[in-house]
Order: sequence, then structure tokens, then C-alpha cells
Amino acid sequence: MTVTIENQTLPELTTDELSRYSRHLILPEVGMEGQQKLKAARVLCVGTGGLGSPLALYLTAAGIGTLGLVDFDVVDASNLQRQIIHSTRDIGRKKLDSAEEKLIALNPAIHIVKHETMLSSANALDILKDYDIVADGTDNFPTRYLVNDACVLLGKPNAYGSIFRFEGQASVFATKEGPCYRCLYPEPPPPGLVPSCAEGGVLGILPGLVGVIQATEVIKLILGKGESLVGRLLLVDALNMRFRELKLRKNPECPVCGANPTITKLIDYQQFCGIVPESKEEKAMKNGIPQMTVKELKRRKDAGEDLFILDVREPFEYQIAQIGGKLIPLNDVPQRLNEIPREREIIVQCKSGGRSQRVAELLKQQGYPSVVNLAGGILAWSDEIDPAVPKY
Amino acid sequence: MTIFIPTPLRPYAGGNGTLEVSAKTVGAALAELTTAHPDLRKHLFNSEGTLRSFVNVYLNDDDIRYLPAKEATEVSAADTLSIVPSIAGGTGCN
Repeated sequence: MTVTIENQTLPELTTDELSRYSRHLILPEVGMEGQQKLKAARVLCVGTGGLGSPLALYLTAAGIGTLGLVDFDVVDASNLQRQIIHSTRDIGRKKLDSAEEKLIALNPAIHIVKHETMLSSANALDILKDYDIVADGTDNFPTRYLVNDACVLLGKPNAYGSIFRFEGQASVFATKEGPCYRCLYPEPPPPGLVPSCAEGGVLGILPGLVGVIQATEVIKLILGKGESLVGRLLLVDALNMRFRELKLRKNPECPVCGANPTITKLIDYQQFCGIVPESKEEKAMKNGIPQMTVKELKRRKDAGEDLFILDVREPFEYQIAQIGGKLIPLNDVPQRLNEIPREREIIVQCKSGGRSQRVAELLKQQGYPSVVNLAGGILAWSDEIDPAVPKY
Repeated sequence: MTIFIPTPLRPYAGGNGTLEVSAKTVGAALAELTTAHPDLRKHLFNSEGTLRSFVNVYLNDDDIRYLPAKEATEVSAADTLSIVPSIAGGTGCN
């Protein structure tokens, strides 16, 4: 697979560039022509976070001519453990501005295009069409499927990477001859079944490893050299430092890249991934569990009520921050029901409200008459009630 | 044979990254696994007992969906089975 850099005369390298890229120029696989191809190339980085940081930095250093960045987020202190393109003084700043500053400092010749938006079905084709290759560093299933489908529809290769805790995946999708993300995973998991990085955590170095693999694939596709990850899924296990690879096949019945595609334009990816916008009723009641706001909890605490708060996070999370709940980690709850009084109202709490909702539903099934979920968890408490409670 | 358990599913497999089973087929290996660790069952299979579409199972480096005998494929002690679920993390991880 080679990405055809549009049939144009390749741009000449300046004297500065000849010296900057000398270690590339003496590599037979890159050489003058390869470096000129890199200079002509336009790459879109979706996300400037964990994967996007090393991706953007290395692509910029390598001499990519045009680098598009898509992000709408601002830098948060909890990003800095892995998102190395941002620094401490950037906290609160737009990620795009922070990233652009670092990239231009690294290589002033780079042309950065900032797309300050959330990629959506309405704008994805328009944004992606101007690039040769897409590098997907997003953090949620709807955007993964959106990027995949847009790449297939436009015929743009997608250097894919994904991470969770100590484990990563990488491949190249949506080339003409190779499989796409939907060939690998026809359907997304239902919401809540796969924990997010915020719930599950991630080793800060892991996106560095995986993002650099993505960047390597981007460069190889542009140069048309080596063996790309098309048709292979690379699995990275950082904890045991094992790299394994699995064969990927193009699914002839794939709804987007198969012989008779049923998806011929972008769809509603939130709906496809089972995510429905929360109605007013759902805000107050979810799956039969009343949702308590942190303001309501504060009001009742201040009124001197003796409340039973059940904190279902892990002990190490409790050490970081707690709001006076009794700690029984999620997985221990079924064995420790005798410590949870049936005659009292149980206010279940976790970090952001997901795990506590599951425990609340479990307690209700177990016959507890009065169970409520603390919506937004300890994060909402820190945001809205007491900023002294650390966020993590 | 060795079954590789991915990180997201390890809490339901006693925290193990790999497990050994002595089954004769892929299906029997998965059955042995979920009998030993019943919590894994709902993460791997839907209510009809078929593998969930977002969980891929590989015998060595081959997707079992593309093996002629699929789950009835015979296995030996030297084979490995990998469970590869979809993960989405990457950017902000919010």
C-alpha cells in the first residue's frame, strides 16, 4: 500500500531542510524523494491527547508538510501524565493552541491546520477530504466508527491506535485492499460494558508506544516502503512487554467496505453506539434508580441528616479522595451485602456515577427498598461543592 | 492450551492474564474457561449463547470466524487462544 501523494511536482527541499533531514536523506528508504514526499504530505491527527501527542510531535519532526489537528478540549492537569505535547503552564488552555506552539517550536516550516471542533457526521467528510492519511487517536467508540466510515467513503488510509490500562492495539485500516475497523469489530459494545480510561486508568507511557507505532505507519505509507500493518492487528502488552500480531481479514460482507455496502453515507454514530441523549426524566431516574445531585446531598448533609453513603470505588481511589462514604469496592459488594443495612436509604457513590449506578441496580435487585445513585460522583462533588476534594 | 485474557476482562478471570485449559476444541476451551470463571460468560456471550460481536477470538493468529470449522476447530496443547475485545481509549480519556 502506498499513498499516492497527488500527481504533482514534489516540492524542493531548502538548504535548511537538507541539513535538518540529513539522517533521513542518507537512508536509502527515504532519500531525497522520500523526504520530498513527506514534505508534500498532508496528515490529519484526530485528537491531540495521549496518542495524538507523540504522533504530532514525531510527524512534525519527520518533516510532514501539512498537519491537521482536530480537538476541542482544554488541557487539564490530569492529562499531563501522558499527553506530552502539553506542559504544566498550558493547563486551562486550548489543546490546539498548546499543541501548535510546541510543533512550530520544533519545526517552524510545518503548516498546522487547526480544526477546533468535535468530529461529527456533519463535518467529518469535509475535514478529512483535504488530507492524504488520517491518524485516529480518539477516545470513544462513536468517533472510532465515524473516522473509519469517513475514511472508507473517502478512500483515505487510517493509522489506528487504541489503548487501555497496559494494553494497546494498532493497525492500518481502510486501504483499498485491506480490512476496515468494522471488519474487525462489526458492532460496538453496549455503553457501560467496556470501562473508559477514566474508570480503568492507563499507563502514561503506553500512548507513547502506540502513538509512535501509528506515526511509523503514517511515514511508511507516505514513503511506500516496508510492510505496513494493513491486514494485521498489533497487540501491545506493556506490563509483560509482549508484542503479538493477529491476522485481519477484509470481511466480504462488511456493511461499509464490503462488496455490497449498506452504509454509503455517514450515520448517527451516537445512536449506533447505543448512546441516547439524557432526557429530563432520565436525569432524575435511570433504570428505576433515583439520581441524587451533589447539591441535594450537600443540602441533606448540612441539614445534619445521618446518611449512609456507599462508596464502591477501589481502595487506592479512596486514598486519593473521599466524601465520607463506607468503602466496599464494586466487585466485593455481592459478598458483603451484610454490611449494607436494608432498612436505610443507601446513597451509592463512585468517581463519576457509572459504577455506582450498576451497584444501585444490583442492590435494588437484591430487594433493597431505598437505593439512590449519586449522579456525577466524587468528580461532581469536587466541581460543584468542594474543590478541595482532589480530582483524579 | 493457553488462553490470553485481555486487560478489561481480567477482573472477571481472577486477575489472570493467561489461563491454561485442556479442551479439545475452541468451543470446549471457551466453555471450560467460563465454567471456571462464570463472571466472564456475560462478557463473552450474549443471551443466546453466541459470541458477542465486539469480542473477537483468535486461535493462534487466526480469527475463528474465518476458520472452516469455527468453534468446532480442534486444538492442541501448543495452541493459543486470544480474546480481543474492542477498546477505545486514546485522546483525553475523559
